[in-house]
Amino acid sequence: MANHAAHADDHAHDDHDHKPEGFLDRWLFTTNHKDIGTLYLVFAFTMAIIGAGMSVVIRTELAAPGLQHVQPYFFNQMTTLHALVMIFGAIMPAFVGLANWMIPLQIGAPDMALPRMNNWSFWIMPFAFLMLLGTLFMPGGGPAGGWTMYPPLALQGGASVAFMVFAIHMMGISSIMGAINIIATILNLRAPGVDLLKMPLFTWSWLITAFLLIAVMPVLAGAVTMLLTDKFFGTSFFNAAGGGDPVMFQHIFWFFGHPEVYIMILPAFGIVSEIIPTFSRKPLFGYQAMVYAIASIAFLSFIVWAHHMFTVGMPLGGELFFMYSTMLIAIPTGVKVFNWVSTMWKGSLTFETPMLWAIGFVVLFTIGGFSGLMLAIVPADFQYHDTYFVVAHFHYVLVTGALFSIIAAIYYWWPKWTGRMVNETWGKVHFWWTIVFVNLTFFPQHFLGLAGMPRRIPDYNVAFADWNLVSSIGAFGMFVTPWMMIAIFAMSKKKGAVASQRPWEGAHGLEWEVPSPAPHHTFTTPPVIKPGMLAHGDVSH
Amino acid sequence: MNRVLGKWGLGAVLAAGWSMALAAPERAPWQLNMHPGVTQSSHEAYDLHMLALWICVVIGLIVFGAMFYAMFKFRKSKGAVAATWSHNTLAETIWTIVPILLLVVMAYPATKVLINEAYTNESQMTVKITGYQWKWGYDYVNWGDKAYHVRFISKLEGTSDRTRQLRSGLNPADVKNAQGENTYLLDVDKPLVLPTNTKVRFVITGDDVIHSWWVPALGWKSDAIPGIINDTWTKISEPGIYRGQCAELCGQDHGFMPIVVKAVPPEEFKTWLDQQEAAQNPPAAPAAAPVAQQASIAAPSNG
Repeated sequence: MANHAAHADDHAHDDHDHKPEGFLDRWLFTTNHKDIGTLYLVFAFTMAIIGAGMSVVIRTELAAPGLQHVQPYFFNQMTTLHALVMIFGAIMPAFVGLANWMIPLQIGAPDMALPRMNNWSFWIMPFAFLMLLGTLFMPGGGPAGGWTMYPPLALQGGASVAFMVFAIHMMGISSIMGAINIIATILNLRAPGVDLLKMPLFTWSWLITAFLLIAVMPVLAGAVTMLLTDKFFGTSFFNAAGGGDPVMFQHIFWFFGHPEVYIMILPAFGIVSEIIPTFSRKPLFGYQAMVYAIASIAFLSFIVWAHHMFTVGMPLGGELFFMYSTMLIAIPTGVKVFNWVSTMWKGSLTFETPMLWAIGFVVLFTIGGFSGLMLAIVPADFQYHDTYFVVAHFHYVLVTGALFSIIAAIYYWWPKWTGRMVNETWGKVHFWWTIVFVNLTFFPQHFLGLAGMPRRIPDYNVAFADWNLVSSIGAFGMFVTPWMMIAIFAMSKKKGAVASQRPWEGAHGLEWEVPSPAPHHTFTTPPVIKPGMLAHGDVSH
Repeated sequence: MNRVLGKWGLGAVLAAGWSMALAAPERAPWQLNMHPGVTQSSHEAYDLHMLALWICVVIGLIVFGAMFYAMFKFRKSKGAVAATWSHNTLAETIWTIVPILLLVVMAYPATKVLINEAYTNESQMTVKITGYQWKWGYDYVNWGDKAYHVRFISKLEGTSDRTRQLRSGLNPADVKNAQGENTYLLDVDKPLVLPTNTKVRFVITGDDVIHSWWVPALGWKSDAIPGIINDTWTKISEPGIYRGQCAELCGQDHGFMPIVVKAVPPEEFKTWLDQQEAAQNPPAAPAAAPVAQQASIAAPSNG
């Protein structure tokens, strides 16, 4: 690898591309934040297609009552791996990819603070997922005890338990290194003048998310390691017959699991807080409140975990505590939603594709938030728990929440990455197609859960048949969207209109101060911040 | 009706929806909402569900209403010029305080319900429920002061079991009971018989992995966990057949271990229980009887 640093000084701001020549040099040995960001995004997209394929298997079996296509055990492998692949393989790496691309650009840094570790963070991931998905082709098949891996059931698996545990360890190492890198970058490499409370919301959301990752990924690693030793080394952490406690696993798992949920949504808040002001041509309403709301949500995420386990038989005091703490999350989340709406109020709105996805996010994520509030009410949760109502809830926050924000971000920053505009018509077709089918898929699942359909079952009573068919039709429609997306972005890359440095009229922030496409090396000398350059700098608070 | 919510003034609205919902069958095609069920717990869960739902609907209408108004009113294409403000202390205070009040409106009745549900004392009988892969074990421990030793296993009945095999060629729609109700995957060989209008305490555990015992009409589910005994209770108001399913993933046949509760009047129940007791514990040679009884009690708890 060439030493770019010395080289780039001469060229300063208008640095020309000095990309490594060979394919392996460019991608395998890369330490460039933009290339690593691209790698993360391509990897996440690939995983999303694999995970979506699994959901198609699930929805095909569930399209009608009776078992038509797969055995129940394989069905359980599909639900388990669908979740693991989507959470750890698609949503999280996509956000890390966006962080890699955008954080240095947003704070005026030349690269991530720890570029070689950055390379390693990424390149662990494909191997982790090869191991995890490889279990499907082993005797006994893949893990089938649910992504939550509750013992004793999870321990009934064969060799797949070990492969799953090691894969999770590797993903965890990758996430922790990524998080350290993001924190180090944001705290050390901000250009002079980019104070913490002048940073864009996306960078802010990632700073907080990175601390969550560092706090909880080791907890998950500990939990799965105990599973591993229970299974293969005769310990009894979770084995009641040996003096252990199966519920302890759930407490440890969800102490990781709930912050994990916010790891997947806080960066989404950041993205939407970038896009809505841009297309409203108006500063973000309540910038500091937005930052503090994210911080409060992150704090609360550590004290709500047991709301995932209201039915395990906790003492009354425990159930009340976790009900109240969970309900409290509605306050900062409400502040965020109100602030987005207020940002649009008396703005000058246009509805380019990124804005459509951001608005779709606000509406549909809020619906997921509503069902989350309902789930917090313990006596009602005794009915909702482990039904399709829960499935509907978390798909609204993860698909129309997290995933929508990722798609919005790709449409928003694509011109900066490639120097090409996306065809607006096709972007809108993509959006409206998704809106129709995503709601067909997940909205009826509320009804199914309320009618009494448990989750994670491969077959059901005929009373549940109609809404299940609707949901399956929605899922098949959804499976068109990743291919549509490939076509749209391939088309743009090939013959899209040339993007200007600031392709969106209302966009503010340092990423719009560099040319489109962003050169391979940017901000090799720190930018000089001028009035109007930062999205939040000039606004008085 | 609406014992929980009456005082919040939403009683009338809820009552209308409530009686409509009660008239509907427990599970129906295109069903949209939760069924209110047949116990105090299930009614309260339903009321809290509806309260939270309506609060969410109202907030949703206001927030999305404002948003869509902004989207149509403040368009650049209509010549809208963007304002530059980004603060409004009064508005921010209001939308912090009002949600807090709404949370209290939901949390207060929920707390009352929860306290009542946790009170398992003063029950008239106890049934032990044990989850197995993939069937349920039921032990009738006592009725009033009298100890019973009735125990049986309840599992998916044969027609459903044959129909649910992969590519069985049998039509799930044909699995019906004598009343013509479709019972596919929701019928068992031996239902759990319970008395109506009786506070029944359940002690629930698991034998192998975690299961969860759930009959929606009773209003709750409780996990059946190896090494742990959960206790809960119910008091069924109406005689009838109530169906449910295991609600915690427990392996390949998780979807195939239904629960059926047959609620009968207390006198009828007593007769049934005595018959079962006599059939399962026939008067044997005096010396052998106690041993056999102990064995039948001890068997299920060897987890």
